[in-house]
Amino acid sequence: MLKISQLHKSYPIGDSSLHVLKGIDLSVDNGEMVAIMGSSGSGKSTLLNIIGMLDEADSGDYILDGLPIKDLTEKKAAVYRNKFLGFIFQSFNLINYKNALENVALPLYYQGLKRKERQEKAKFHLEKVGLLDWAHHLPSELSGGQKQRVAIARALAANPKLLLADEPTGALDTTISYEIMEFLQQLNDEGKTILIVTHEEDIAAMCKRIVRLRDGVIMEDKKVNQVRAGQHV
Amino acid sequence: MFDLDLWREIFQSINKNRLRTILSGFTVVFAIMLFTILFGIANGLQNTFAEAFADDANNSIFVQSGETTKAYKGLQAGRRIQFENKDFNYIKDDNGDKIEFITARIYKNVTATFRNEQNNYNVRAVHPDHQYLENTLVTQGRFINQRDLDEETKVVVIGRLVEEDLFLKTLALGKYINLSGIQYKIVGVFEDVGGDNEERLIYMPVTTAQRVYGNNEYIDQINLTYNPEMDFDQAIAFSNSLEKKLKERFSIAALDQRGIRVRNMAEASKNVNQMMTVLGIIVFIIGMGTLIAGIVGISNIMIFIVKERTKEIGIRKALGAQPKSIVSMILIESVLITAIAGYIGLLIGTGVLKAVGPSLKQYFITNPSVSTSLVISATIALVFAGTLAGYLPAKKASKIKPIVALRNE
Repeated sequence: MLKISQLHKSYPIGDSSLHVLKGIDLSVDNGEMVAIMGSSGSGKSTLLNIIGMLDEADSGDYILDGLPIKDLTEKKAAVYRNKFLGFIFQSFNLINYKNALENVALPLYYQGLKRKERQEKAKFHLEKVGLLDWAHHLPSELSGGQKQRVAIARALAANPKLLLADEPTGALDTTISYEIMEFLQQLNDEGKTILIVTHEEDIAAMCKRIVRLRDGVIMEDKKVNQVRAGQHV
Repeated sequence: MFDLDLWREIFQSINKNRLRTILSGFTVVFAIMLFTILFGIANGLQNTFAEAFADDANNSIFVQSGETTKAYKGLQAGRRIQFENKDFNYIKDDNGDKIEFITARIYKNVTATFRNEQNNYNVRAVHPDHQYLENTLVTQGRFINQRDLDEETKVVVIGRLVEEDLFLKTLALGKYINLSGIQYKIVGVFEDVGGDNEERLIYMPVTTAQRVYGNNEYIDQINLTYNPEMDFDQAIAFSNSLEKKLKERFSIAALDQRGIRVRNMAEASKNVNQMMTVLGIIVFIIGMGTLIAGIVGISNIMIFIVKERTKEIGIRKALGAQPKSIVSMILIESVLITAIAGYIGLLIGTGVLKAVGPSLKQYFITNPSVSTSLVISATIALVFAGTLAGYLPAKKASKIKPIVALRNE
């Protein structure tokens, strides 16, 4: 599904530069649920951004679903993001003047689907996250957990190969966090490949594999026995 | 290129941010309104001048005589200069092609009577050319002709208001009117755009007046128009040489201002033309200035909008929006706001002109309005302005990196 080798990335800071990723090798298979852990500054978000094509590596290879990702034009990156990736953010990143249904339908709009088709698909995914009754509510009328579920529905709408979650539970309390994790586990059970960036051990323990980063290198990469979130709820 | 979904997106964005949209549109509404009103008023001024000069042919030269103020060639000051037929013929024969129309004028005041109606009127005894010099519009019958002059017939052409005053509802043409005791046949009725006074006049042949009032060859004034092929400078040179020749003929000092006066409308016309050009330029500059201020205002607000929507644009990009779709989203929004706001401004502007236009007559502004072609070109300019105003912000928006935008809290 995903293969990264010798990935380097540095950011210029004034005259010097900050070497954030120092040769990352990582491969993820279909159906995996991987937690990327590390303290802040370890490079975990940078790695996720490169995987999400929101940022480009300085050197190294990145192959997504057999497709080498390099020298992307903005247009190409937009198409790939739309086709391959679903994003879930810590701060949800819903568009505040669009209701839940419209938010979920947005990636489908950029896929060029017809309005009716968009509506149907968006409704289907909203139902999946249990929020069909809230379809016409604005984000400001939803709770944090509901917002994140709308965001998940939006990430799923375009039927991506890979779900990327950047601290998906960072803004939520424990109970709601576990609800969200239970839902992500459910999606993984159905076969979705999921990458989660987190710094919380309990969230990481709910994944099937934990990759620990420190100072831009992978310190540890191990499979774990998944803790089912449902047990905690 | 018509994409219903794109429009839906734009309308949603406008609708959800009404205050912002209204504020950004306001500058344009104001700019276009100001532009329209200014243009309308300038047009009104132009109309006033056009009307003022419509009465007399604007290539007119008036030759008048008075009393000398300077002693010259042994003649004392205070001498009265009197034109006669031979002076008229001298001017006419001496200048040939340079003169388009020429007429003498004798002024008299008469008491006119028809049946029981009586009133005082000014009489002008003239040559047939007078009709063209004054833009007199003969609505019934005819004007004075050469035969009237040759035979000294007792005929008159009366103004529309003379007919109205004396003949009430009946037809004046062909009837006889009594002017201070002498009967004249009415051979024509005229209208004149110069106002009521010009329509309370009576015209008669110059020779008839000379015969009836004093049996002499006196003339009070000579009016002529110069050949319209002359430009302003040639026309002024012509009237200057005419004045010089006449002063020599009557032995008047060259610097005497009163003995003979030659007034050339070309001088006034030239000044008015220059003034109108300058006025047009000023209005154009002010109008363009307000328009540019409006465009800059829109551009400014669009930049602010892009800044405010940075995160949203980042989200859209993360979800797969291509730069092209971001550009068209911002650009069309800008064009739409500009065009609609501009149109509202245009409507308000023309509305104001319509509402206050008639009451501005006393300030030398006649019928202030803007033409349809100006409205159409203004609309095109607005769409162009909207594109211009939106382009930089749109380009800026399309360059936003999603990663930067998403970090922006």
